[in-house]
Amino acid sequence: MIDTLEPIVVQQGFFQGMEEKHIHLITGCARNVRFEPGSVIFREGDAANQFYLIRKGLVALQCAIPHRGLTTIQTLGPDEMLGWSWLLAPHRWNFDARAQQFTLALEFDGACLRAKCDEDHDLGYELYKRFTRVVTGHLAATRLQLLDMYGQRD
Amino acid sequence: MASVIEHPEVAAAAVAGDPMLPEPYIIQRMRQETDDTFTLEIIPEHAAREFHFRPGQFNMVYVFGVGEVPISISSDPGHLPLLKHTTREVGTVTRAMRQLKRGDAVGIRGPFGSWWPVENAVGKDVVIVAGGIGLAPLRPALYRMMAEREKFRKIVLLNGTRTPEDMLYRQELEHWRGKFDLEIQVTVDRAATNWRGNVGVVTALIPRAPFDPSNTLAMVCGPEIMMRFTVMELEKRGVAAERIFLSIERNMKCGIGFCGHCQFGPSFVCKDGPVFPLGRVAAILGKSEI
Amino acid sequence: MSADPIHAGEAITFEAMRLEELIQALISRGYEPIGPTVRDGAIVYDRLSSMQDLPAGWTDEQSAGRYQLKRRRDDALFGYAAGPHTWKSFLFPPHQHLWRAERNGSALHILNNDRRPEPRYAFLGVRACDLSAIALHDKIFLEGQHVDPGYKSRRENLFILAVNCSQAAGNCFCVSTNTGPKAISGFDIAVTEIAQEGKRRLFAEAGTRLGAEMLLQVPHMPAGEADRQQAERVVVHTARHMGRKLDTRALRELLYRNYEHPQWDSVADRCLSCGNCTLVCPTCFCSTVEDTTDLSGNQAERMRRWDSCFTVDFSYIHGGSVRPTTRSRYRQWMVHKLATWIDQFGVLGCVGCGRCITWCPVGIDITAEAAAIRESDSVKAPAEQGRESE
Repeated sequence: MIDTLEPIVVQQGFFQGMEEKHIHLITGCARNVRFEPGSVIFREGDAANQFYLIRKGLVALQCAIPHRGLTTIQTLGPDEMLGWSWLLAPHRWNFDARAQQFTLALEFDGACLRAKCDEDHDLGYELYKRFTRVVTGHLAATRLQLLDMYGQRD
Repeated sequence: MASVIEHPEVAAAAVAGDPMLPEPYIIQRMRQETDDTFTLEIIPEHAAREFHFRPGQFNMVYVFGVGEVPISISSDPGHLPLLKHTTREVGTVTRAMRQLKRGDAVGIRGPFGSWWPVENAVGKDVVIVAGGIGLAPLRPALYRMMAEREKFRKIVLLNGTRTPEDMLYRQELEHWRGKFDLEIQVTVDRAATNWRGNVGVVTALIPRAPFDPSNTLAMVCGPEIMMRFTVMELEKRGVAAERIFLSIERNMKCGIGFCGHCQFGPSFVCKDGPVFPLGRVAAILGKSEI
Repeated sequence: MSADPIHAGEAITFEAMRLEELIQALISRGYEPIGPTVRDGAIVYDRLSSMQDLPAGWTDEQSAGRYQLKRRRDDALFGYAAGPHTWKSFLFPPHQHLWRAERNGSALHILNNDRRPEPRYAFLGVRACDLSAIALHDKIFLEGQHVDPGYKSRRENLFILAVNCSQAAGNCFCVSTNTGPKAISGFDIAVTEIAQEGKRRLFAEAGTRLGAEMLLQVPHMPAGEADRQQAERVVVHTARHMGRKLDTRALRELLYRNYEHPQWDSVADRCLSCGNCTLVCPTCFCSTVEDTTDLSGNQAERMRRWDSCFTVDFSYIHGGSVRPTTRSRYRQWMVHKLATWIDQFGVLGCVGCGRCITWCPVGIDITAEAAAIRESDSVKAPAEQGRESE
């Protein structure tokens, strides 16, 4: 499985610029997964030990609000990284993730990678750099959403 | 000697007659688009009146005894003499306008302003980023391009609204999506339970939208903050600044460069804009209270 | 006395008293003379019926926020500078009826048939700064993509008698803006007040054929070299006694670099946002429209009136003003006048008349504000600089 996945991992924009030995380590923690439309990828509160690089499809980050029902906060599509709660303690998901469409993704074993990052700090640095960009990108987008820019005030 | 602004897209055509006198137009239809947005469909009262406009231009629309507001023309420039104006109900004039009916008259002055450089997009990919009612001034550009689809390469429309209910022209866009080779991606800031599409700001669609940044022309219209972040994302992807065009909005009282209200830095939005190449406005776009 | 035709560029002199004959000649040709006159403790521009209405023997003392009329020791006709009025009150009236409309059921008729013929004004005593201001308004209302038909008509019928200033007031800086004190062009006649053997004479030059024709109506003598030199000395003297200075070197770039300069906060502390400056400025041209109906609701009217960028709703768009603070509005006015105007019209928007300084209730001086910015160019406001904590 490792042989067939490595070229795919290398292709992903997210890992661009990483050294071959790190790609190798990461691929060792990767596997292909698929989700049918409507299926749950992870639930709020569950242990967060994976993360997903979406290759195809659409995933919704959702929150169950008592009187409002299941509310989608954000959706993620191809080439987007799903999940960063695996990085930092307490390693618990903050939201539900549900496939809106048939979704193909690379699933990475977060627990395994955490251990590898502890051993190889260079790997840790490279992954943290990339995840920081993901998180800050989401933060900026969320702030824009908060501004309710289509509302009364421009 | 200082440089005087020259916008290559603004015609130096002489406007006949008194530019401060409106012409009567008769309402053919009043269409409710969303709960706070409606479209006025009008034709000139005097059939002989020739009216040609380019995508991106606007009219000053007068409601008898109430006032006048600038509204972008959102109809097909190839299907004159019918004009359409889509607007939100946001003030005294638009609220009064909403009460008008088929057969009522409004006053029209125009067309004014600069236009989307559709001709410059020939042979290129075109990415259109529309936020909220920003789709209205872009629709005529889409009509123009659909009329000569083969002249353009990939055409991508990224449309963001607050909720799915706020989307404009849904049927039409679906029709285009099916009939022409037009990639449409929509997203909403927030959604109710039954929405299965994208949720998130429209700028999030840019990194992965299917266009070739080295050969793309971008047309952007929406709330100013959305345009600022859109520009950032487009430039991050490598779209050249000279190929990014925005439509800016400011208070207007005359539409013809006399009243001074629409100034945005050195530009008069009514005559140097509303469509601007990024370079003309980049320096002041993010500055507060300009 | 010479009855030979006067050509543009040729100069004559005549007794100051003879100006009356010129005024009457203008009236008989259908002109309405407008000129300086004393009223309400200032020298304003108003209709003149004769030379007697001119402020002979008066002068003004001006400083920041201060204007005081004073009696002169002589009876000079034009021995003062600019007052609170500008010629824009006549060329670009504060209130203008644009059109009327009638509603008949759902039909709408625009009536444009109560256009009264525009008056033919003869401006008497236009200073160089104001000539430049008129030229600036010509650029806006005549030379753009659209033409203002009312302005065009008033402008085409206009007769201008310019006066070269014999003294600068405390707030004048036309030398800095290169718009005076000598009137170079844009006039029908330009006069300089000179004294010969204790008698007041006017050294006059025709700028146009019409001006030359009108000068022929006045008993005169060809100007000699001595007259010319005396007239020249008047202007040189005035130029040497400017009240203020504006450093215009790369002013546009300076202001573009300094949108966040702390000086804007300083002036915002003082500015009342009253808009006086825009009222008295000869180049300010902002306007707004008012749409009204009668009680029946079937007759509507549109009026155009002066507006000021200092009003809060000047920049209002759906929900709020783009410039809600005094700071941003003062900045808008000053940056427009001294920088963006240059990009718009090719020249500076300020003609150095100093009226804004005189008539500002708190005495804000545009030349001093510009100097303060120049002095600490590109400095960040203290709030923006982190201060090292103890």
